[in-house]
Amino acid sequence: MGRATYIRNRLFLMVFVLFGVTILVFSMVHFLPGDPAATILGDRGTVQNIAELHEQLGLNRPLPEQYWLFVSGLVRGQMGTSLMFRQPVSEMVLSRVPITIGLTVYTMLLAAVFTLVFGLLAAVNKGRWVDQTIRVAFLFILTTPNFWFGIQLILVLSLALKWFPVAGFGANFQEHVWYLFLPALTLSLQLSAVLIRNLRSQVILTMRSDFVRTARAKGLPDRVVLLQHTVRNALLSTVTIFGLQFGFLVGGALVIETVFAIPGIGQLLFSSISARDYPVVQAITVVSAVMVIMVNLIVDVSYSFLDPRVTYE
Amino acid sequence: MSETALSTSLARPSAAPVLQELSFTMRLQKIGLNPTLLAGLVLLTIVVVAAISAPLLTPYNPIEQNLNETFQPPFSPKHVLGTDNFGQDIWSRIVYGTRLDLQIGLISVLFPFIFGSLMGIATGYLGGWLDTLFMRVVDVLMAFPFLILVVAIMSVLGPGLTNLYIGFGIVGWIPYQRITRGETLATRNLEFVHAARTIGCSTPRIMLRHILPNVIGPGLVYVFTGMVLAILIGATLSFVGLGPQPPTPEWGAMIASGRQFLMRGWWITALPGFALLIVGVALSLIGDGLADKR
Repeated sequence: MGRATYIRNRLFLMVFVLFGVTILVFSMVHFLPGDPAATILGDRGTVQNIAELHEQLGLNRPLPEQYWLFVSGLVRGQMGTSLMFRQPVSEMVLSRVPITIGLTVYTMLLAAVFTLVFGLLAAVNKGRWVDQTIRVAFLFILTTPNFWFGIQLILVLSLALKWFPVAGFGANFQEHVWYLFLPALTLSLQLSAVLIRNLRSQVILTMRSDFVRTARAKGLPDRVVLLQHTVRNALLSTVTIFGLQFGFLVGGALVIETVFAIPGIGQLLFSSISARDYPVVQAITVVSAVMVIMVNLIVDVSYSFLDPRVTYE
Repeated sequence: MSETALSTSLARPSAAPVLQELSFTMRLQKIGLNPTLLAGLVLLTIVVVAAISAPLLTPYNPIEQNLNETFQPPFSPKHVLGTDNFGQDIWSRIVYGTRLDLQIGLISVLFPFIFGSLMGIATGYLGGWLDTLFMRVVDVLMAFPFLILVVAIMSVLGPGLTNLYIGFGIVGWIPYQRITRGETLATRNLEFVHAARTIGCSTPRIMLRHILPNVIGPGLVYVFTGMVLAILIGATLSFVGLGPQPPTPEWGAMIASGRQFLMRGWWITALPGFALLIVGVALSLIGDGLADKR
């Protein structure tokens, strides 16, 4: 099967997954115990108020009709009206999506650098103190919550040393890069903690293979053997792990946005939850799922570029 | 396991004057431990003992406010780890928080583990439409970032501990199902399963008595990774206000409460994070140690 056919099949499968995603997000309101209208209104919920909100949210219509309205709205890019801001949800969410995507891309770039540098250092120095230090340091980073790690970076690098801004987003591209550095650093250290482990073991495994011995035997310098022969082969499984970790990255990014006051979808999500702004929460849940689905598609397709031997069957 | 025992017994005669360290490792291996596992177990025991004997270890009530003693720094005469903006003793709150955070880790993993493993065996052994159905459900659930899905579920259910467990229960079983399913696929065609079928064992009996003991190992190892994740996500949820409500001593909530006072009291946010770090490292070491054993 060629790459084009594979991508077409994957897109077809993606439609099914998206269908499932909408069913799930839709069912959360309708099948979980509790009445969203009562939850939204809280203490103010009189019988009349709740009935009115049911009407407003369309919760009193038949389920299939409600689902149809929800999905057809999504397809047309309409996701209802925010209960708190009285604005179209799609505008509020979509205007913030690029900021969150920017943060994740920045994180991925930094994580790639950390993973390659520390993963290779650990693999080349297997068992020695460099390897052990990297292992312990990243174990610590992995087992602390990222919001706490971010706050500690603020304490030390922003408040004490005054190297970086405490919070915010900046006004132009250079400022964005500057303001988003600490949040991206927080997220990328945690992401690379997982990737380094994987790359290290893969590089060690690959260095034992015949073609590496051949490359050495014909007198290539260690650097060339490592960078051109070993890493390229070892990276494939690290890329897979990255795809699996992307969901955690998006979740982490949304939390980190609240720590560093970045106006992305994370900040909107958590303020909407405390305001019980249900349509916004639903929309962000769908948008983040779409992001994960897209990245996993990209990861699967990228295999054949990373390794020409990969065929899709 | 048997491989380790074999290599130990083979290594022994040839390496008579071994280094002290080496023989220590070997002695550990004889009783089914390794240094990583031992370090993790010791650390976790300390944490569990602290959680159980919290009233004995703490001089103050964790939710008692004392507005005369707010923002006391660590190592102040009356408060070892200082106090927060309400004058609550941070050491007492951290120790009492251990109870809650360990409980979150345990319960959040318990039900997903049981359900996921049973479903993994059922789907792996029976195959067919049940397997296909679960594959599609997993495909959909995996499309969501774990944290976001739990947050979305909790935004319907409302904040609080019980709803946190429900949220975890709905999505947390996936890794156990996938791991156990894979193991079951590798086991279902082995001789002893055929034998059990031949002598007329019922399908449930084969799944529970013959397959389960042989496939549960990797899932059990993952439990420790799962607990670290559950504790971290539990702390994250209470950090964003969806977990146990104040003044309940919980580490994530403590970190959140100190955020407004970073300049006046860095210790209010910093110290609970170290508690999370210790528990996380303990559980990760146990998980790694168990994985090494296999």
